[in-house]
Amino acid sequence: MKLSREDVEHIAFLARLGLSEEEIERFREQLSNILENFEVLQEIDTADVQPTAHVIALDSVVRDDEVLPSWPQNEVLENAPQAEDGYFRVRAVLE
Amino acid sequence: MNIANSQEEGELRLYQLTSHEAHELLWKREISALELTEAVLGRIAQVEEQIHAFVTVTEDLALMQAREADERIRAGDASPLVGIPTMIKDNICTKGIATTCSSRMLENFVPPYDATVMQRLNRERAVIVGKGNMDEFAMGSSNEHSAFFPTRNPWDRERVPGGSSGGPAVAVATDEVIYALGSDTGGSIRQPAGFCNVVGLKPTYGRVSRYGLVAFASSLDQIGPLTKDVTDCALVMNAIACYDPRDSTSVPQPTPDYTKSLIPELKGLRLGIPKEYFVRGMEAGVEQVIWDAIAKLEQLGAEVEETSLPHTRYALAAYYIIAPSEASANLARYDGVKYGFSASDAESMWDAMDKTRQYGFGPEVKRRIILGTYALSAGYYDAYYLKAQKVRTLIRREFEQAFERFDALVTPTSPTVPFKLGEKVEDPLQMYLSDVCTLPINIAGIPGLSIPAGFSDGLPVGMQILGKPFSEETLIRIGFAYEQATDWHKRRPPL
Repeated sequence: MKLSREDVEHIAFLARLGLSEEEIERFREQLSNILENFEVLQEIDTADVQPTAHVIALDSVVRDDEVLPSWPQNEVLENAPQAEDGYFRVRAVLE
Repeated sequence: MNIANSQEEGELRLYQLTSHEAHELLWKREISALELTEAVLGRIAQVEEQIHAFVTVTEDLALMQAREADERIRAGDASPLVGIPTMIKDNICTKGIATTCSSRMLENFVPPYDATVMQRLNRERAVIVGKGNMDEFAMGSSNEHSAFFPTRNPWDRERVPGGSSGGPAVAVATDEVIYALGSDTGGSIRQPAGFCNVVGLKPTYGRVSRYGLVAFASSLDQIGPLTKDVTDCALVMNAIACYDPRDSTSVPQPTPDYTKSLIPELKGLRLGIPKEYFVRGMEAGVEQVIWDAIAKLEQLGAEVEETSLPHTRYALAAYYIIAPSEASANLARYDGVKYGFSASDAESMWDAMDKTRQYGFGPEVKRRIILGTYALSAGYYDAYYLKAQKVRTLIRREFEQAFERFDALVTPTSPTVPFKLGEKVEDPLQMYLSDVCTLPINIAGIPGLSIPAGFSDGLPVGMQILGKPFSEETLIRIGFAYEQATDWHKRRPPL
């Protein structure tokens, strides 16, 4: 699978990942090579195989709907790049 | 034992002790936790500049915890890890101590909580000496992908220590700490353990809580110990293995006493040698060491037979689709809003997010985000991610079938000795191939133990022992019996 420049730009857009011109070209080349090696998987017939999401089969894990203390708001906000009045401060979403 | 804190030749120094040796001396009051911790801090001051294993050294905290441990010992606390100095890989959350994942993104992140494994160690009054360097977000096999500095292999400082738990493996190998905690998603405990001549265990998926482990690939990640010998491995597992309701993938299974498996013979054990793990490109010196080690296991009473796991050749491709896919979803949280790095030179919300992630992540993390996003994107999901998850089923079944015939499988941990810094860092596929013997184990969720098995050209070679889910006791027994019959694990690098 050869990736085009547009492919890489589109994926980077989906992942909200800014890339330099040089990175786009380098990743295009490296990832094309990697994906080409992954084509080996198409050799295997998996028509009747169920996918494994978790390796140890567990029943649905639920807990009682009990109210437990959360972390103090001020401690959680200590790592926030910008906070104000007990909230995370963000840039305008609608312009 | 001739214990001394001095620099005289031939005397055992405190920092060289294993956990179980140190525990015995602490309990008999021949040494104090404070003396032990000071010895370890002195060792760090002596060798750290040459190897760069630590992101953070928590000297003041360690000395305080050592004094507390001494009080507890005086009060009769006989916990095996009380007062023993340790390093924690820097992707395990430590309350009040920076947890960086060796990334610019989390350079200033100070967790407001402890991971479950930290609560367990703190309850035992362990002494936290610092946080270990790693490949950024645990993505890498050489520690060259640390955003801060590469850790060096103490056996040859021009070579890599392996990764991603390179800092923890090197700190244990050079006696900077007595033991360490790492994490393993595709080999990140076992491969550096093999490259540095220490013991490393990746437990069964669900055996150790992942609560507070910064997520990389959630269906593959496990925390585990790096230690100087197998006895210490059992002791650390006793402390950290537990069911944890806060990790919904944790398995509600009682924790055995792993020290009961420290039995020095292997009579009646059936061991399989899967030929696919002796891969093309494997170094002859490594292969020789592993066959010699297998012969030793036979001498100890094990029955050895060659076997085949034909789907092994698909594991690498399946792994490098599954792990980056999960990583791309997990790392979506780094948006510059809640915590972590935040770009300030942006014009809009989207621009800020793009730039935060552009400056905050290094090249390997970006590569995997792109690979994973691609594998999950519309039109490619079935061909890549779903296909890989189905192949995963086949690999898992193949192991299940093998464990109907064998108590354990034995393989090399890596196909080569430690490679040179810079050798593979520009060629991601070559770097990925260095995990070819370790990543099938994460895909299948089974446990894997790497132990020192000898040397090739003066560089360490690890032997990997694999078992069915929750068979850590069998792995520890095999590792212990081998260790009792050899002294590879006692060799230390010349530093």
